[in-house]
Amino acid sequence: MTIDFLLNGESVSLSDLPPTTTLLDWLREDQGLTGTKEGCNEGDCGACTVMVTDQSGSKALNACILFLPQLHGKAVRTVEGIAAPDGTLHPMQQAMVDHHGSQCGFCTPGFVVSMATAHRNGDTDFDDALAGNLCRCTGYAPIIRAAEAAKDAPVPDWLNDDLPVTTANSPETLDELARAYAANPDATLIAGATDVGLWVTKQMRDLPAPIFLNRCRDLQQIEDTGEGLRIGAGVTMDRVLKAVQPLYPTYAEMIRRYGSAQVRNAATIGGNIANGSPIGDNPPALIALGATLHLHHVDGARDLPIEEFFLDYGKQDRRAGELVAGVTIPHQPDRLKVYKISKRFDQDISALCGAFNITVEDGTVTNARIAFGGMAGTPKRATHVEAALTGQPWTLDSIAMADAAWAADFTPMSDMRASSDYRLTTAKNLLHRVYLEYTGQSSSVLEVQP
Amino acid sequence: MSVAKPLPHDAAKLHVTGSAHYVDDLPTPRGTLHLAFGLSDIASGTITNMDLSQVRSAKGVVDVITAIDLDRPADCSPSNHDEPLLSDGTIHYLGQPLFLVVADSHHAARRAARLAKIDYTKTTPILTIEDALAANSHFEEGPRIWEKGNTAQALETAPHIVEGEIEMGGQEHFYLEGQAALALPQDDGDMVVHSSTQHPSEIQHKVADALGLPMHAVRVEIRRMGGGFGGKESQGNALAIACALVAQKTGRACKMRYDRDDDMVITGKRHDFRITYRAGFDDTGRLLGVDFKHYTRCGWAMDLSLPVADRAMLHADNAYDLPNARIESHRLRTNTQSATAFRGFGGPQGMLGIERGMDHAAHQLGMDPTKLRRRNYYADGDTPPAQTTPYGQQVDHFLLNAMTDQLAQSADLMARKAKIAEWNAQNAHLKKGIALTPVKFGISFTLTHLNQAGALVHVYQDGSIRMNHGGTEMGQGLFQKVAQVAASRFGVPVDMVRITATDTGKVPNTSATAASSGSDLNGMAVNAACDTIRDRMAAHLADLHQTDATEISFVGGRVSVGSAEMSFSDAAKLCYEGRVSLSATGFYKTPKLAWDRIAGQGRPFLYFAHGAAVSEVVVDGLTGEYRILRTDILHDCGHSLNPALDIGQIEGGFVQGTGWLTTEELVWDDTGRLRTHAPSTYKIPACSDRPDIFNVTLWDGENAEDTIYKSKAVGEPPFMHGMSVFFALSDAIAQFGQEYPALDAPATPERVLKAIQKVRG
Repeated sequence: MTIDFLLNGESVSLSDLPPTTTLLDWLREDQGLTGTKEGCNEGDCGACTVMVTDQSGSKALNACILFLPQLHGKAVRTVEGIAAPDGTLHPMQQAMVDHHGSQCGFCTPGFVVSMATAHRNGDTDFDDALAGNLCRCTGYAPIIRAAEAAKDAPVPDWLNDDLPVTTANSPETLDELARAYAANPDATLIAGATDVGLWVTKQMRDLPAPIFLNRCRDLQQIEDTGEGLRIGAGVTMDRVLKAVQPLYPTYAEMIRRYGSAQVRNAATIGGNIANGSPIGDNPPALIALGATLHLHHVDGARDLPIEEFFLDYGKQDRRAGELVAGVTIPHQPDRLKVYKISKRFDQDISALCGAFNITVEDGTVTNARIAFGGMAGTPKRATHVEAALTGQPWTLDSIAMADAAWAADFTPMSDMRASSDYRLTTAKNLLHRVYLEYTGQSSSVLEVQP
Repeated sequence: MSVAKPLPHDAAKLHVTGSAHYVDDLPTPRGTLHLAFGLSDIASGTITNMDLSQVRSAKGVVDVITAIDLDRPADCSPSNHDEPLLSDGTIHYLGQPLFLVVADSHHAARRAARLAKIDYTKTTPILTIEDALAANSHFEEGPRIWEKGNTAQALETAPHIVEGEIEMGGQEHFYLEGQAALALPQDDGDMVVHSSTQHPSEIQHKVADALGLPMHAVRVEIRRMGGGFGGKESQGNALAIACALVAQKTGRACKMRYDRDDDMVITGKRHDFRITYRAGFDDTGRLLGVDFKHYTRCGWAMDLSLPVADRAMLHADNAYDLPNARIESHRLRTNTQSATAFRGFGGPQGMLGIERGMDHAAHQLGMDPTKLRRRNYYADGDTPPAQTTPYGQQVDHFLLNAMTDQLAQSADLMARKAKIAEWNAQNAHLKKGIALTPVKFGISFTLTHLNQAGALVHVYQDGSIRMNHGGTEMGQGLFQKVAQVAASRFGVPVDMVRITATDTGKVPNTSATAASSGSDLNGMAVNAACDTIRDRMAAHLADLHQTDATEISFVGGRVSVGSAEMSFSDAAKLCYEGRVSLSATGFYKTPKLAWDRIAGQGRPFLYFAHGAAVSEVVVDGLTGEYRILRTDILHDCGHSLNPALDIGQIEGGFVQGTGWLTTEELVWDDTGRLRTHAPSTYKIPACSDRPDIFNVTLWDGENAEDTIYKSKAVGEPPFMHGMSVFFALSDAIAQFGQEYPALDAPATPERVLKAIQKVRG
């Protein structure tokens, strides 16, 4: 496989490298570009952040879980390529010096690249843009002061790269992909690698003949089918966020918190569904919205309600050579409330994630779709709770009466994220929160002002 | 004069361009070998068989080493000689290094390390405080007890007794740069080690021991660390020793760095504590006596646990004059990572004990918590009445009465309390809380002989200055501060001073850069070296100009000799030509210290650093989620050497301290496996977790003791301002009902919700 991309403005053409070579290892070990740091090797700290530009724009990505084939046809800028060739600092770099934004300096290259990328994109919500960059020294305050100080500076033209013209090195259509996968059903499909990356960096697994999905344009589409919003499996979460923002804002806010900018820019909705994790954050919202999952096989396509895809822990309704092609969210009035509960607000795995889609007509619950992650071995509907509410008046009394139904739906586990008790109690309380919000009472600490 | 200017960190420009080099960034010689440890999978027992055949035959593996392959025992302990580099067959914790893989790449070594087949005889691990107490598993002979006055009697007659306990978790350092070392074999068996360490002399000492060499054959160098926080005081020993041993054996350079998960599983963390308190108060809120019991899990080896537990006892009073106090400290040996130094070194834990007592007392007595705290403060002033800590040190120059007044005013504390009460009355499910907490932190190593430092300064004939000292740079800006001192002594701009890597070949027998002492000790040592050279220069120039040396001044890059004036560079050239030595060492030892840790009596500290913080939070009664809305901090750095760097330490320390008490939760399962071993599961504060409004102010004052330019140490004290968030949470939780919340730390949303349920009754 040949991989062509630009590195800090210079053409690179690679072949004969293992396809699971990470950009970080290649930069540090082959290129001697040691500015990009390894902090965690799992995409959680951002010390390895690089700027990757393609036709859709510039994105911050974690180089530690970014495989070289994912860069084909793109332009990469590391911290070494952020300042001008003559050494003039990027406005964000200069501001970091002026505002004492670095102490030990180890996280700083990652911050600088995230800041330069946000700056290039005109993104000034720095708490969000930097949620995936951990700093242990500064307490972040001087970094934000630096970002605010430099945000209005012109974007330096030295960052402009002419993207290389490349030929395909992985499937470009769904049919091509389905054929390749059917021929080799043990292959690992790699889209954003935010999960598969860890199989390599943490579990040290060999991935036999991986198939990269990022060039497969049939998976990249978002379309309004008239009846719903169809999102291709290869759509990254940053695009899903933008697509659902006007329709289901609490789903969008959950996506904002579900992963940092670096993770959202890489992770795909298809990956989050296909890996079947009980703590994947998209499925509860999709189940509550009554989404349809589209599966594709060289022998034909099929659709199913998304909740039926999750059979058991680690087991999904997907046969050999079959792949997740997309998901359709049927159009409906927005009643959705999605709540993600975790120890930290940003960039944390949910202890539990609840999605509520409750229809109230004339004061009576006429329909309820409630789904949770983190409460069972799979993302799961709360069918007993739904039944207990349906047909009842929409009151706190009805919610209290549904109390016993929760235990019929869920017997959550205790682990390092939360105890079984906390999960169950909080799940119940979230229904209470839905009631407050449906009746116009805000109950989120995120909305309280000092 | 460059001292007191808010100049940027000396490496700021290198940081932002990615050109600041850390150990793993150094170019390595051809043929460099890479190491990884194979780790124990159980917490307690013995190895019955180690089948390493698959490890040996794995791709890229050059050698596999176990304890019996070593010529002499290699020990990593900083204190007690109880940490074999590789297990001698006994397993002390889950994650203990058992064997060492030597390979041609980092990945090959890590990959091979997982291929061992190891059989164990398991024994029941001692994991919890209860386990350790039941097994009488202590370090030292038993609990250490210090007492002032007659606590039993005070409690017997006290009108009010406040009693309870608090659990506080440990904390992972989460330095962004993991542990790393690189050993380079030299001529004639010498060894050079680049180690990411706060304590190069200890690395030198331990490596020399392991290699069977005198210390002069080992040179350790460190330009910078990517964060330390105490986690690189002793925890880098194993990597440096392993690299040096294999480098000696093979004659090839050896490098080792821990993957983040390995780092968190292998290395020690902050000590978790349980503190019980029984305190007596009068009707006015005056504390009459208090009895504390400290229980801490020290992990499997002694490491620095004794001085950590001592420092917790030394801060059991925090800002309060305790007429009668008894402190009993249990240092428990458990089958977990060996807990180690972490910013505050036990001080935060000790302080949290009494702050909890004060918070609880205010609730029980129905008093305003700030008023109750103020009622018990030591008195301010340079010559206060006799007031001693529980360990007998007179508290002079206390500042917190005045500082609390100033902070309460600037933070608008009373008005906000009223507004919060109003807001809470209107909100059933969300409640706000606010708290002010003080910090008084003792400055000096409690092991008195560590309070020394050396420096080496050269002035070259062009007037440029090269400076070296025993302190290490881990981000705190020590090098910049000390360079500002050197520049000030010579009256030159700071860019004439070159800062160089810490090097045991230049300054020997250094102490760890720890205990907040870096600029106090090394600033003074550099000051002394500079003055020696400056005095020699002055004497020579006075001779040349037939004047007195006292007439010579060094200001603004110029040297004035009576009416004549020349550049510092010309002066240096003249002195060189006059055959004046322009190189000097400097030395400093902290005065006035006398401490008996067994009796718990004396003066362990030269002085105290002070500060206070007010935080406001909002809590969700349905989920236990919360946000910090505003924090105001007033902190005492004496006469700051660099206010920008000091504010950076305060902001960063506060956020780190807040992380300890809120989201940072270490979870071990019942086999002793640490389940939170990466940033995916262990949550340090992220960008949006800092307070929406965050005001940090430096107290306008100077150190009454004779420190470098009258400054005060700043590394650790601000960490404890995180307590203001914890007690603001407690205040908010208390609004949900009548009971006292008795919140434990870390206050995760789960613990907060549990406390709310308790308060609601």
